[in-house]
Amino acid sequence: MRLTNILSGAAAAALLASAWAAERGSDGQVNILYWQAVSIMNPFLSSGTKDVEAASLVLEPLARFDQDGQLVPYLAEDIPTVENGGVSEDLTSITWKLKEGLLWSDGTPVTAADAVFTWTYCTHPEGGCAQLPNFGDVTSVEAVDDLTIKVTFGVPKPYPYGPLVGAQSPIIQAAQFSECLGTRAPECTDANFKPIGTGPFVVTDFKANDVVTFEANPNFRDPAKPAFATAVLKGGGDAASAARSVLETGEFDYAWNAQVEPEILTAMEAAGNGEVISAFGTLVERIMVNQTNPDPALGDERSTAAHPHPFLTDPNVVKALSLAIDRAILIETGYGAAGRMTCNLVPAPEYNASTNNDWCKERNVEEANRLLDEAGWVMGSDGVREKDGVRLSVLYQTSTNSVRQAAQALIKQDWQAIGVETELRNIDAGVFFGGDPGSPDTFQKFYADVQMYANNFDGTDAEKYLGDWLCSEFPRPDTQWQGGNISRFCSEEFDAKHAELAKTAGQEARSKLIIELNDMIVNSSSFIPLVDRGRVSTRSNKLGGVIMNPWDSELWNAADWHRVE
Amino acid sequence: MFAYTLRRLLFAIPTLIVISFIIFALLDLSPGDPTANLPLTIPPEVREQIRIALGLGEPFHIRYLLWLQQFFVNEPLNILEKLTGLTFGDGDRMRVISWQTRSPVTDLIVERLPQTLWVVGLSYVVGILIAIPIGVISAYKQYSWFDQLGTLFSMIGFSVPTFFTGLLFIVIFSVWLGWLPSIYDTNLRVTNLETFWQQVRQMIMPVMVLGLANAAQLSRFMRASMLDNLSQEYVRTARAKGMRERTVLLVHVLRNSLIPVVTVIALGIPTIFGGAIITEQIFRVNGLGQLLITGIQGADIPLVQTLTFIFAVLIVLFNLIADLIYGMLDPRIRYE
Repeated sequence: MRLTNILSGAAAAALLASAWAAERGSDGQVNILYWQAVSIMNPFLSSGTKDVEAASLVLEPLARFDQDGQLVPYLAEDIPTVENGGVSEDLTSITWKLKEGLLWSDGTPVTAADAVFTWTYCTHPEGGCAQLPNFGDVTSVEAVDDLTIKVTFGVPKPYPYGPLVGAQSPIIQAAQFSECLGTRAPECTDANFKPIGTGPFVVTDFKANDVVTFEANPNFRDPAKPAFATAVLKGGGDAASAARSVLETGEFDYAWNAQVEPEILTAMEAAGNGEVISAFGTLVERIMVNQTNPDPALGDERSTAAHPHPFLTDPNVVKALSLAIDRAILIETGYGAAGRMTCNLVPAPEYNASTNNDWCKERNVEEANRLLDEAGWVMGSDGVREKDGVRLSVLYQTSTNSVRQAAQALIKQDWQAIGVETELRNIDAGVFFGGDPGSPDTFQKFYADVQMYANNFDGTDAEKYLGDWLCSEFPRPDTQWQGGNISRFCSEEFDAKHAELAKTAGQEARSKLIIELNDMIVNSSSFIPLVDRGRVSTRSNKLGGVIMNPWDSELWNAADWHRVE
Repeated sequence: MFAYTLRRLLFAIPTLIVISFIIFALLDLSPGDPTANLPLTIPPEVREQIRIALGLGEPFHIRYLLWLQQFFVNEPLNILEKLTGLTFGDGDRMRVISWQTRSPVTDLIVERLPQTLWVVGLSYVVGILIAIPIGVISAYKQYSWFDQLGTLFSMIGFSVPTFFTGLLFIVIFSVWLGWLPSIYDTNLRVTNLETFWQQVRQMIMPVMVLGLANAAQLSRFMRASMLDNLSQEYVRTARAKGMRERTVLLVHVLRNSLIPVVTVIALGIPTIFGGAIITEQIFRVNGLGQLLITGIQGADIPLVQTLTFIFAVLIVLFNLIADLIYGMLDPRIRYE
């Protein structure tokens, strides 16, 4: 009895699976909507996520990141590591093996020479390649034989998975782009609009800034995929109407980036045609706490290392500020499905996320008050704490954006409850993030006590991102106020540990160090995490196989997408 | 008349050169960086290289002269080559290249012109067809309930913006009733009756949204012009001769009242080419208006520059045409 149950269960599962995995092109057309229209199908010349993601249907890298941030081989046979000999002992080279028998969509074989050409193409000094950072420190890319690619770095690279990995750095066909190097790159309109690729789809028609039409790639390596015979990627309009076209009118199967007020999105979802899906990457909305004194009276030495902040360098004060914030309300009102609680600087992938700081998840006003009392801050008659004539009063700045202004107002109330006075300020995003050294209002100059914005890093490895917190990275007058250490955090211990990370290979050992570095920042007086902000898109109930991925293109597994009736 | 036309055309040349310089200078001085849309993770050195690859490293006057050459020499030669099949010189000329798409700007414009002409042009025709009867009847029966309704209609048309009526239409006809598509399918080819019907269905909403806004304005012009003429002596004379009221109204008064309205209509035609930025964006019609707005958002200066300049040419041209039509309709006006 039990055996038959199991058998019939297995048969049913097999039927379900075979119902869609039957053959290539059996499911008709999939309609995808990107409200930022696609301008170009060449990610090396692209100016944004929309172009990179559209290109990912056609162009593929050696390996992609899956939904958990783990590398999955695409064109490569497997992922090279030090253990399997793919990465050299001195960490200066990585050797990839291509899968055998791979074909471009025009039927010609994929060889290591294409990978070498891709590197030449992007690193051409006059090309203006947008993905150049992916090839940082690469000294050469060689074709050892037809299927073997050797990438050599000028310095030891404990994390060598930058070049030719992920949606930003796919392989292009040498034959198609050979005349398009350097200044000639923009002249190859046809190649830039209809690149020949290895992915599940081939471009049949390209209308710039409007719509791209695809058909299934006849030479795709899996003969049963993709399930859709054609795909249409429409662009234009705005986020709210894009979400509506999936959730309410059902005209589209998938709409990218539903940046819409949570209550509107929930109302649309109630129509029952589809669902809101999200995935969380490394984008953290945070409050940066100035460790230097922004007092205007200091003139040129404002917000420089010469003058430490009068009270925000005390970890207990900052911990009290963090404990007083009601993060659940911030998420509910401002982000909905696009936000989740985090107490980290590096919130993801799972294996790099610390669980040691979870005290911040629960609002605790008593504990916050106790910490301030203990630190000697006495409540004044006007409801603001004081110590030695210094009032606990902060200037809190951010960029102009309705969600951020709402968060500012909520946090101001939260801080009032523990006797901290807050003055709010918002600055046009173009100026705030503009980096103009002549402007006093940039986030690098940080002429305020605390400021709020979001930041993240590409890929899954946090080494470079954590490198922003080194003492040497202070934005200051002699660097034209450039530099990533916005809070002006400085710790010798942190610098030493980061140097150790730069020499350590292997995911487990690196994760351990990354978590330690993360905890040092989170428990210092320089950083208050608020919300882990995810990608949000909408999917029709008639579309199956979608796995939202925060680490690569959202369309990374389009080959597996299929129709559900 | 010919000498006058020729003089006006010659005078247009320096005007257009000055306009092209002003547009170029304005765009150059305005803040906006083609690399601003790149993710924060891309370092400043790479941004600088991208800017240089786009030609931003050259000084202002060189870029302006280069654009003049590309627009006035290279592009017309290219069009000529395409039309005649001949090759001039080596046939390899630098064209005006859009920064966003890295493709020739004129190709983008040619691709989008048909949609704009169909949707925005048709809405203009619809607007005229609605406005003229309303204007005529409103004026003839001044202060009647029809006139009051017409006034209400045009007040609504004036004061309610198209981004609101557009959304309202979508919510009613696409979401609640499910009759019309909310997204314009630009891949649709009209090959048979069925696809023609699909094309009609997807054009109804954008055309009506724009048509109603146009009708509101034109009907006010029409009404005012009719009122002016109805109190003229020649109307009394016509009636005294025993003409039928129909003839008086539709032959004598209407024709005379149309003179100023035709000028307004002719002057409005360049705006058709400008597309209706907001309406095209709401319904995702890939017209020139949408092209312009994506160009502005992406700081795609060559695209914005070329498009705005083409609009300027059209405005100058249709000003001249309006003047000439005026002369033809009204024999009292003669240009010597």
